[in-house]
Amino acid sequence: MTQQQVLQEYLLRLADSDMILGQRLSELTGKAPAVEEELAVMNVALDLVGQARNWYEYAAELIDDGRDADKLVFLRDAHDYRNLLMVEQPNDDYAVTIARQFFFDVWHYFTMKSLVNASDERVANIAAKAVKEATYHLRRSSEWVKRMGDGTEESHRRIQDAFNLLWRFTGELVTPDEIDQAMFEAGIGPDPEQLKQDWFGMVREVAAQATLTTGEEDAWMYMGGKRGEHTEHLGHILAVMQFLPRAYPDATTW
Amino acid sequence: MNEREPSSVDVLIASDRVPANAHPELLTEDAIWALLDNVKDPEVPAVSVVELGIVRSLSWDGKHLSVDVTPTYSGCPATELIEELIEEALRAAGIRDPQINRVLTPAWTTDWITEEGQEKLRAFGIAPPQGSASKMSLLGADEVIACPLCGSKNSERISEFGSTACKALYRCLDCREPFDYFKCI
Repeated sequence: MTQQQVLQEYLLRLADSDMILGQRLSELTGKAPAVEEELAVMNVALDLVGQARNWYEYAAELIDDGRDADKLVFLRDAHDYRNLLMVEQPNDDYAVTIARQFFFDVWHYFTMKSLVNASDERVANIAAKAVKEATYHLRRSSEWVKRMGDGTEESHRRIQDAFNLLWRFTGELVTPDEIDQAMFEAGIGPDPEQLKQDWFGMVREVAAQATLTTGEEDAWMYMGGKRGEHTEHLGHILAVMQFLPRAYPDATTW
Repeated sequence: MNEREPSSVDVLIASDRVPANAHPELLTEDAIWALLDNVKDPEVPAVSVVELGIVRSLSWDGKHLSVDVTPTYSGCPATELIEELIEEALRAAGIRDPQINRVLTPAWTTDWITEEGQEKLRAFGIAPPQGSASKMSLLGADEVIACPLCGSKNSERISEFGSTACKALYRCLDCREPFDYFKCI
């Protein structure tokens, strides 16, 4: 792989994780447990889709095969998607939605914070915008984790169950592969070792305040999203998300 | 002589003509800033795009005007509309083919909302951002937000997010009115 291909791949990972989580959260439109939560979830989704677009546009310019951001989103199949497995997991109980958001937000926050200093100017610019939004998202999701964990017996049980359920997808957030490593060496991506430390540091700190227990760092983990090997859920998300542009490829106004 | 229907050729030729309102001389940058100060944010029509601080710069390159605009949030759905409104206002003032550039850096901050803009937000019923964005802590305590309706500082946050990405939802505990707070970022 050339340096540019590595960057393309890395950009698609960032874009796809933002996009798929944005789409997942959008499923809660009209179904969130309270109107304030609905507003919050939709706004987080909107931020993520906006950030995804910024990453896709850059990726599309580098790929330069005539596909634009829309085509990358709507005309790639599951095995071409590079998102983290965490973000494709179903909304499930609202505690699961919150736990998934929290695990992602901690990763997202530290990743964006690091990318602000990327040697690639375009990456740094997109991250500088995204890090402000990611900070806000993390503020919200960590508050919910604390409120549920240190809340009633019922809320504690549910958020603890959610932590247990999703723990197997956290390894992928902090385990680098050759792309992550190459991006770090190129002065673009975060230091994998530092990211791992930061992620566990914050997750354990918030979990302690929330009176929750976390899993082991060396527990068996599901991985593969970054290589296009997904859980069964991604195909269903794409089926919903891609139906219209695939059925009416020339539609310009929806 | 009967007036005939304009043909497509006429339309083509017309579009190539100098508009009737075209200025013989280029508008000064000050005049353009003043003009853009009349373009309102479609989601917060109390303030203009200039007061909101999203028009970053403008410059003439020969006879071509170039305007840099920055989005408030990555996913702000008003971004395209705002760019169109700016272009429309410029064209209406006789400026031909203005170039609108979307710039991401430096990232927009609420610190760029002018004092006048903040006052207008408050008068509109939206509490303006408190303090400086650069000093906001990640997991720090909530700021004290004054109710834009009665001025009481006895308020509580209902939700981190309000009717748009740039706002949070608060409630005044004295006058009991809910209100939007323009988040500090």
